[in-house]
Amino acid sequence: MAIEEIVAPGSSIAAPPPVVGRFSDFVYQLRGNPATFAGLFIVALIFLSALLGPVLARYDPYGVNLGDAAVPPSFAHPFGTDQYGEDVLTRVVVAARLDLIMVLSAVVLSTVIGVTIGALAGFFGHFFDEGVMRSQDVLQAFPRFVFAMAVAWALGPGVITVIVATAAINIPGYARLMRGLMLSVKESQFALAAVAVGNSRWRLLWRHLLPNCLTPVIVLSTLQCGFTILEAAGLSFIGLGVRVPTAEWGVMISMGLQDFLQGHWWIYTFPGLAIAVAVLGFNCRTSSIPSGGGYRQCPCSRFRISARVSFSAVASCVSWTA
Amino acid sequence: MGSTRLLLYAARRLLFIVPVMLVALFLVFALTRIVPGNPIDRVAGPYISTERRAELKHLAYLDRPFYEQFALYLRDLSHGDMGTSYTTAQDVSKDLRQRFPATFELVTYAMLFAVLAAIPLGIAAAIKKDSWIDSVARAVSVLGVSMPIFWLGLMLLYVFFYYLDWLPGPVGRTGSATVFVKPITGFFTVDSLLTGNFDLFGQVVKALALPCFTLGFVAMAPIARMTRAVMVEVLQSDYIRTARSLGLPFRVVVLRHALKNAMIPILTIIAAVYGYALGGEVLVEIIFSWPGMGQYSYNALLSSDFPAIQGFVLLVTFLYLVIYLCLDIANAALDPRVQY
Repeated sequence: MAIEEIVAPGSSIAAPPPVVGRFSDFVYQLRGNPATFAGLFIVALIFLSALLGPVLARYDPYGVNLGDAAVPPSFAHPFGTDQYGEDVLTRVVVAARLDLIMVLSAVVLSTVIGVTIGALAGFFGHFFDEGVMRSQDVLQAFPRFVFAMAVAWALGPGVITVIVATAAINIPGYARLMRGLMLSVKESQFALAAVAVGNSRWRLLWRHLLPNCLTPVIVLSTLQCGFTILEAAGLSFIGLGVRVPTAEWGVMISMGLQDFLQGHWWIYTFPGLAIAVAVLGFNCRTSSIPSGGGYRQCPCSRFRISARVSFSAVASCVSWTA
Repeated sequence: MGSTRLLLYAARRLLFIVPVMLVALFLVFALTRIVPGNPIDRVAGPYISTERRAELKHLAYLDRPFYEQFALYLRDLSHGDMGTSYTTAQDVSKDLRQRFPATFELVTYAMLFAVLAAIPLGIAAAIKKDSWIDSVARAVSVLGVSMPIFWLGLMLLYVFFYYLDWLPGPVGRTGSATVFVKPITGFFTVDSLLTGNFDLFGQVVKALALPCFTLGFVAMAPIARMTRAVMVEVLQSDYIRTARSLGLPFRVVVLRHALKNAMIPILTIIAAVYGYALGGEVLVEIIFSWPGMGQYSYNALLSSDFPAIQGFVLLVTFLYLVIYLCLDIANAALDPRVQY
């Protein structure tokens, strides 16, 4: 094919950009990245079992059957049964719903509160900023898990307790991240322009600045999902969160601990594996978002913080988290 | 960088610790006092006379309003009195002195293991990107972050204690040896060597192995990840290329030129992990019945032992802040550009 045919007079040299939707961007990004794909697959699997778990389950998750107590993995019970004869596989699958609800609520709660505090601190500065940030310093001077334990103990056991306690320890991270972003974004050209055309302060904050800070926040909250699963399970494991006999991964491990000296390894092994796989899924889903070129094609690319800024900001928060 | 300026800086930072600890203490006071119920009622039990109950509450200041309790606690604290634990009936300061070495020994060896394993792994992964060693490093960091620490401890116990029977079960610091170790340094590994008791030393090391590995493996993940990330970046920089082109051996370039410059973020993450482990490795201590501060704080919480909770929080907050102070001083020593 001759060049003349392509570059016909009057036509543009560059081919028109292919019509790319957000979804196809997303698929394109996934193709080059097996880790993200695996992570997404795991997360989808967890959501699926959270949705359909009770329907798919072959047994009643609370069906006590002492005749079949502590049976090792077999064809009838692939993950065995616990000391009350409840099917471990059923309980692992059914627990996905409760764990997912707790984790997502905690992440949403801490994101909303932390982002609000951080945005206000970064936006208004001065006295307000000092006050908020110093109080966050104090909260960060506690070890995370001890703080969660204290909050959970004060509230008494229950699902709400786990949500509040795991949310509380994550609020400082979001506040810090958001404040830093807000400080840099509010000095940018488009913010000045928005002020110049007469936007009010609240409109500036809500419509112009906040959306431009969200990408790193989304990255951090996806990461936080993984950590929150671990913390929620830890709280339930030591009896400060959800209690026995609820089908929850941490509780199931603590039930396995009671039978440790009988050697019933299957009671705690499989719920722990479920936790590890779930956390792995959430982490893989995140680890690839801020790295390199594929980033611009990610569905949230309309938010214009550069990948580098957001990555270093998240890294600084994560380094504290870890 | 004058040493007097460094000292002044350290002193200023140490002074800043005081208000932070006061606020942290106030938070703990608020959190414990909003919980309904008086801990004395629980400790004293149902068969005690009303007068004696009132007397006990008076002794613990629990018959007074919240702000008076706080003021009285601060007054006693200024005399070095942290109050008496409701559950152990000992001075809280004595309780903490007895339990701190157990946690400190566990966490120190765990961190030693984590640092000595993670930094070489991270460096090797950075030098040979996308090789098998990089995959190992990635697997370690992903696994360490994903596994619940108490589950890892349980699995290790099952394999090495229950199934293989190589290591002692979760019975505390001296394993199967039922001897009373008179603390000299508080580190049983050191104490048993100092007293020449090699048999005990073996038991202590065996008892330390599993909890140390559990904690160390989880601590390795962020350190290895950070080391790799920073080293990859540093190794691509111009001065490394210059050093290589001048004919310096690769080993010298990596260890003396690259690693030194990568050390600041690595140290930061080590400090973060160390502080986290020292304060709150509650879960490891519970799994392994380790008689340290984590378990003490857990029991104190469960039994509403206010003075013990307050003492624990004070100590941990202090340690946290001191670790970050050390980190800043180390950064200043490593990086001549740091102004303080």
